[in-house]
Amino acid sequence: MESRGTRSAGGTNFESEESIMKKVFCLLLTLCMVLALAACGGNSGGGNSGSGNAGGSTGNAGSQNAGGDAQQPDAGGSGQLITVGVINNDPNESGYRTANDAAMRATFTEDNGYDATFYNNNDASQQIATAQQMIQDEVDFLLLSPASTTGWDTVLKDAKDAGTQVILFDRMLEADESMYVAAVVSDMPAEGKTAVDWLADQGLSEYNIIHIQGHMGSDAQLGRTGALDEKVSAEASWNYVAQQTADWDEATARTITQSVIDSGKPFNVIYAENNGMARGAVAALDANGITHGKDGDVIVMGFDSDKWAFEAVLEGSWNYMGLCNPLQAETVDSIIKDLQAGSAPAQKIIYTPEQGFDCDTLTQADVDTYGT
Amino acid sequence: MTTPVKEPKNTAKRPHESRLKQLTRHQLFIPLAALALLVLFNLVADPSFFLVTVKENSLGNPVLSGNIISVLDNASELVILAIGMTLVTASSGGQDISVGAAMAIAGSVILRMVCGGQVTADTMQMSLLLAVLIGILVSMVFGAFNGVLVAYFKIQPMVATLILYTAGRSIAAWINNNQLPIINDLGFKYAGTFLPGVPIPTPIFITALIIVLFWLALKRTNLGLYTQSVGINANSSRLNGLDPKLIKLMTYVILGVCVAIAGFIRVSRSGSINYSRMAENIEMDAILAVALGGNALSGGRFNIYGSILGAYVIQFLTTTLYKYEVPSTALPAYKAVVVILLVVLSAPVVQEKLAGIRKAPAKTAKGVS
Repeated sequence: MESRGTRSAGGTNFESEESIMKKVFCLLLTLCMVLALAACGGNSGGGNSGSGNAGGSTGNAGSQNAGGDAQQPDAGGSGQLITVGVINNDPNESGYRTANDAAMRATFTEDNGYDATFYNNNDASQQIATAQQMIQDEVDFLLLSPASTTGWDTVLKDAKDAGTQVILFDRMLEADESMYVAAVVSDMPAEGKTAVDWLADQGLSEYNIIHIQGHMGSDAQLGRTGALDEKVSAEASWNYVAQQTADWDEATARTITQSVIDSGKPFNVIYAENNGMARGAVAALDANGITHGKDGDVIVMGFDSDKWAFEAVLEGSWNYMGLCNPLQAETVDSIIKDLQAGSAPAQKIIYTPEQGFDCDTLTQADVDTYGT
Repeated sequence: MTTPVKEPKNTAKRPHESRLKQLTRHQLFIPLAALALLVLFNLVADPSFFLVTVKENSLGNPVLSGNIISVLDNASELVILAIGMTLVTASSGGQDISVGAAMAIAGSVILRMVCGGQVTADTMQMSLLLAVLIGILVSMVFGAFNGVLVAYFKIQPMVATLILYTAGRSIAAWINNNQLPIINDLGFKYAGTFLPGVPIPTPIFITALIIVLFWLALKRTNLGLYTQSVGINANSSRLNGLDPKLIKLMTYVILGVCVAIAGFIRVSRSGSINYSRMAENIEMDAILAVALGGNALSGGRFNIYGSILGAYVIQFLTTTLYKYEVPSTALPAYKAVVVILLVVLSAPVVQEKLAGIRKAPAKTAKGVS
């Protein structure tokens, strides 16, 4: 912090030793980075960005081959494999994203006829840089789950010029439909609307809602907040007791709920924009002995597809879960196969089948079908 | 010897100073004043803030509930981190910015152990104590990694810990094969919620225990003295027979233990983990707590109780802001105001000016008497 503390000034006789140590360290660090790229590039949030084909192929190989040995040469060599570049968000962000990323990696394998390069990052600018690299590497298909809805114009144009076909999955971006061949996405505003309609059907005389929002500005947050905001401003009996973002974080959601409980304001609905945050809110309810779920005082609502959340609804501990289907991989796969066979998809934008489940109608079969 | 020696902050009482001046000079003045300000604000704005009630939780146990309990409970992880961060700051003159990521690693290890590798476990597959010990051990190894980089390779602490800051959350995810494990065993959650029949949240007890342990360690051992002397001047402490490198390394390992305990509390609050969001940005709060406690971020003399108070002040501020429904996206802005004030106050230029103001009246007072 301050310049006066010069700790490294240990006298001249130490300096040579130090500089050697530093050089050794630099070497070690470089080695570590190379190893990290080769060994767990597939896992790390942003490991395999820079070095184009080499880094990308090994990153992919991390999940199948031991160390990325023979895969790189046949990127151009064997004509049968379809090269795809997959750009996704950080798989650690939520259970939804974990399932989404795992499905993509399981589908786009060599066995299935693909030479796939994966890249995960929640930073749109990093995603864009990597997308451009992938286009330069002349991938056949660019599969994209954009972290932000804007800023992609150049990438889409470059892809078009290079003959790379772009398929959006999971999240939309703002661009003309002609710029991509297909989009397999979740209809977030519809998810919000379904949930709010369900809530309205519960026929409460007054709705006092704790609204826990996701990461502000994300597609999911905008869609799920939009429907509720509209309803609350339209109906006199619908009120926000609190409207806060917990940034998809369970612990923050718990703190927010606890602070409402501490303030003594009455509430009867928890509308959390994902399951993790709903879980955090429920922890606060439990700690204060407030009943929730079926026959409880507070209605609990969550979103996404986690199996444990389905089970919470099934047990009646929660009331509602809006399914956000993370499994677009197979649809994307069949679109690519069709395109290779020469037929374009019937519609450009395909919404993944989604619905809301509540504790009265959910069955074990649904849990097994949709839970991830 | 050309190495400039850091002047220890002079807290010695001067005979001609008024009581007030002695008070403002005291290291704990800033955190105590901040705390008093927050308490006063809440007393005036809404005294019900301090209301503590007894409720019955969903398991039928009587529990205490209220803002004050929430502050004490939620500050636990931060207080424990701040203690370790103070030692690291004092010895190495820099901060460990990887504590949030390291907490994710520790939490991930502990969950992996108690879940026995399953995604969902209804009962613990391993004794909790053993799992936590393994978590602490792993965390100490990562602490030692940081410590070696700082002490033996003489890398700036912030740069050295940047490595784990960047890679830590991916390592945490890798430990559990990129899955998000969940444990439903109530026994696992005792540490993060309530022990059966005890109305006070368990994290408060754990934090109190850690504070007492450090109080004893600082009182009974040379930990404090050695850490301080290495931070003030590593060369002269080496000439006096201390091994500065080893002591720096040791403080990072101690921070590793703190990180593991904080990580354990955090995962046992819910029995689950979210690698990229868990304890996000907590390193900044921990550093802020150290600064708020009146400790020089450039190392040397330290007061661990200042940092502890600082951590509670930060949580008090957060809870107050939540109570008044300040959007949680705006919370960092309020913390930023605190940081700006602290940084400006501790800037050498301002310090000199302040010293000048202090001296002038002191001289006149002398003249009169």
